[in-house]
Amino acid sequence: MGFIAKRFANFLLLVIIATTAGYLLAASALNPRENFLGRNPPVPENTINSILTQVNMNDQDPVLQRYGTWVGGVVKGDLGKTIFSESVNEEFKNRIWVSFRLLILGSILGAVFGVLIGVISAVRQYKFFDRTFGYSSYIILSTPVFLIAILLKFFAVFINEKLGFTLFYTVGLNTPEISGFELFVNSLQHMILPTLSLTLGGIAFYSRWQRNSMLDVLGSDHLRTARAKGLTKRQALFKHGLRVAVLPMATFFAYSFGLLIAGAAFTESIFGWYGMGEWFIRAVNTNDINSVSAIVLFTAILVLFAGFLADVLTAALDPRVRIR
Amino acid sequence: MKKTLVLQIKSLSVTFPSESGTVNAVRNVSLDIFPGEVLGVVGESGSGKSVLSLSTIGLLPNSARVSGEILLDGKNLLQLSDQEMSKHRGRDIAMVFQDPLSALNPVQTIGHQIAEALLIHQEISYDDALKRAGELLDEMRIPRPFERVKSYPHEFSGGMRQRVMIALAIANAPKIILADEPSTALDVTVQAQVLELLKRASQLTGAAVVLVTHDMGVVAGLADRIAIMYAGKIVEEGPIEKVFENPAMPYTIGLIRSIPRVDESEKRRLVSIAGSPPSPVALPPGCAFAPRCPAYTEICDSKVPDLEAFEGDRSVACLRKDEIAGLVSAGRLYPTEVTKGHVKSTSDVKLLEVSNLSKSFPLLKGNVFRRRVGSVYAVDKISFTLEQGKCLAIVGESGCGKTTTLLEVMNLVAPENGRIVVFGKNVSELSKSERLAIRKDLQIVFQDPFASLDPRLPIGEAIMEPMEVFSVSKSEQLTRMQELLELVGLNPAHANRFPSEFSGGQRQRIVIARALALNPKILILDEPVSALDVSVRAGVLNLLAELQEKLGISYLFVSHDLAVVQHVADYVAVMYLGSIVESGAVAQVFNSPHHPYTKALLSAVPIPDPKVEKSRERIILEGELPSPINPPSGCRFHNRCFVTKARSETDQAKCASERPELRIVEGAEVSCHFPLLK
Repeated sequence: MGFIAKRFANFLLLVIIATTAGYLLAASALNPRENFLGRNPPVPENTINSILTQVNMNDQDPVLQRYGTWVGGVVKGDLGKTIFSESVNEEFKNRIWVSFRLLILGSILGAVFGVLIGVISAVRQYKFFDRTFGYSSYIILSTPVFLIAILLKFFAVFINEKLGFTLFYTVGLNTPEISGFELFVNSLQHMILPTLSLTLGGIAFYSRWQRNSMLDVLGSDHLRTARAKGLTKRQALFKHGLRVAVLPMATFFAYSFGLLIAGAAFTESIFGWYGMGEWFIRAVNTNDINSVSAIVLFTAILVLFAGFLADVLTAALDPRVRIR
Repeated sequence: MKKTLVLQIKSLSVTFPSESGTVNAVRNVSLDIFPGEVLGVVGESGSGKSVLSLSTIGLLPNSARVSGEILLDGKNLLQLSDQEMSKHRGRDIAMVFQDPLSALNPVQTIGHQIAEALLIHQEISYDDALKRAGELLDEMRIPRPFERVKSYPHEFSGGMRQRVMIALAIANAPKIILADEPSTALDVTVQAQVLELLKRASQLTGAAVVLVTHDMGVVAGLADRIAIMYAGKIVEEGPIEKVFENPAMPYTIGLIRSIPRVDESEKRRLVSIAGSPPSPVALPPGCAFAPRCPAYTEICDSKVPDLEAFEGDRSVACLRKDEIAGLVSAGRLYPTEVTKGHVKSTSDVKLLEVSNLSKSFPLLKGNVFRRRVGSVYAVDKISFTLEQGKCLAIVGESGCGKTTTLLEVMNLVAPENGRIVVFGKNVSELSKSERLAIRKDLQIVFQDPFASLDPRLPIGEAIMEPMEVFSVSKSEQLTRMQELLELVGLNPAHANRFPSEFSGGQRQRIVIARALALNPKILILDEPVSALDVSVRAGVLNLLAELQEKLGISYLFVSHDLAVVQHVADYVAVMYLGSIVESGAVAQVFNSPHHPYTKALLSAVPIPDPKVEKSRERIILEGELPSPINPPSGCRFHNRCFVTKARSETDQAKCASERPELRIVEGAEVSCHFPLLK
């Protein structure tokens, strides 16, 4: 237990360092005043100042003072105001669910199929299956995400035309003004494309890693021992090979999920999902210091939580790292 | 008297496709295995012995092409599917693998892994299986077996894991246990324990044991019958005493005579077999041994010799088998040099003096802020001297600090503690240029000749490199390089070839030539032959002896192999857990060891002679090397010592509390409270 507490204290420290750095960087690089300059009719200086002060982004106040105010709010659970004087908390609540809906499914599907395809590729090394998925993975990995997303859109539109009705929706979360079961199906139809675009990348990436790690295990002595005991190839693979082969992937999954939450900006923008990634880009463009800082804080927590999770997961799977 | 067979291998051949052609791993091997016997299968690396054992248990890689028959109870195992074969694996045929560190699943408990083996073949509950696993561990003399079933493999040492592997092998009382180099990865004293247990395993279950190894000493002590493999074929087979006493195939004769023995009192040149084993891709047309054979005549190339009956219960594959005995007695095969050609030029000049040398490593703790919580003494106050033209050997098991000692000497900087004096100069007072000058006279040869040569540098350039550093002129470099190649027995015309074109033995010769390039006064040899095959080992050892006679250089030799040390060294220092427990002249220390550890170590070394090996009393040490992080109190050896256990309680307390100083006992330096006397 002492170990977990110590780890937690460690994480807290790291979160504080990361957010402080994030806030100071955002506060010095972004200039919210610009948003009001060059407007016609010009906004009076006093008005600008009062708006900026109200949202705690006035560059005439010392940066440490603004930081203090911000931290004071954060500690009480208030992430401050956006540049448009709206609550960051509200915006956050709206967007986080959009991102989660998209990413949880995409990540899980990517990981599961990636592992599966990686394992099969390793077992059938250099056979047709391995080669097909090997080349496909390289193509996907070398194609920029936005290109894949746009290609998917074209493909969906093509199918829709052929079918004569809309199977895939290409923009948004759902069609407005529907409810009940209809809304559920409609949401799913909206989800397919963005999820697919994330899943494809995930599969391509994980399957390569998993294949490698599985190949190591396939050639390992302990798998040979398992077979010498009388297990068939398949039994040995499932009872002894898989767990050891997934082991190095646990850390990998956890971290990449943590980073993905705020990192699916392209996918979100192209498919018109107003999630965390899209928010981040918008916040930077509108010099919205508080929103940027909130996202940095959130990402830091998520990454460290993912690291914590990875440690726990590895400890659960691998007795060699358990603390006695 | 036709005995029933447990397993019959009939004209088995195994080939693998490879980029350079078909690899003939096993060629037309027939072998009968009788119930309860121990059959030793001996061969060098690449002789096909491991492929033979893997084909018997049906675990060859998919790319292997197999022909012939392996009959178990009249059933041909080679025709079974993986599913059918897995019913026999573990139940009828079990296997113990070479490397115990990686042979067990790291994420499952020992008990679970043994229980699994039982559950596959028997109708019992998991709890019963786990209980039986504990009993099996107990039979393999693992302390506190019923607690240990809950342990994971990483909590066991190498020797303990190999015991687990044997327990796993006997779990279902198989008919045959295949043991592939079961003790090679272990230290000598642990090896003795494991071999003892393998014998016990076979007695407990009545299983036949097929012991696959390269070590003639190991088979000599354990096997009833021996089969010798060379280039994928069995070349000689028969009862072990007869084969050792009167080998019939020239390869066997050479092999047996090429092995240094720890029980030898007189120094002799070893017999060395010329050349190295053929590549399994390009085998000679007739007998595969023909190119290296001293009894070669043209008929040897005419056909591949079959394994034919010889003197009743033996068989030999040699076209001239009936003439060989005559050739040997006439001294025409492998004549042994009775006297040495030259006398070593030695003097009392002390080239290297080490006194009270210590080296510790920090023990760190904490993951963010690492702090030192203690020290591990890898080397603890050791002293030795090396005289001009002599060979001093440091022996000990892994982790005893012998390599650290070498590295400290090679460092040429002031040690943490103690004094190192090289060529009369204290290393802590050396200037930079003096240090460089000393490097010239102090060269090293490493253990692994495959890793110590740059694969992209032609060997000639590799040899010239040290001269380049000391700016010798190009023409001088060239002549010297040619000389050196000739000196170590290689063809100077091959200077522009790359290391990959040479065999292990040849590479080690190249490394030696490189070390000699600057005419050093001291050559440090770190396990120079342990990575080499048995038949080429003798050649390198002979070369080292010859070089010492010709050049008068001194060797600081580090090895875990006592037979090799006995053969090459003049003085020996035995190390245990970082300190020297006994040192003195080799003949003296080996003939009458004074320290119990030396005695146990000598007794643990297998002697390649079945008569001696099977009749001698062996001291088998209990336990394993303690960790240097947590060394025992008092005499470091007291917890494994068989002498102190037999003494009075006050004596035992003395051993456990007081660390013995080195003192002179009958001419040797010994650190023991109660040394063994003549």
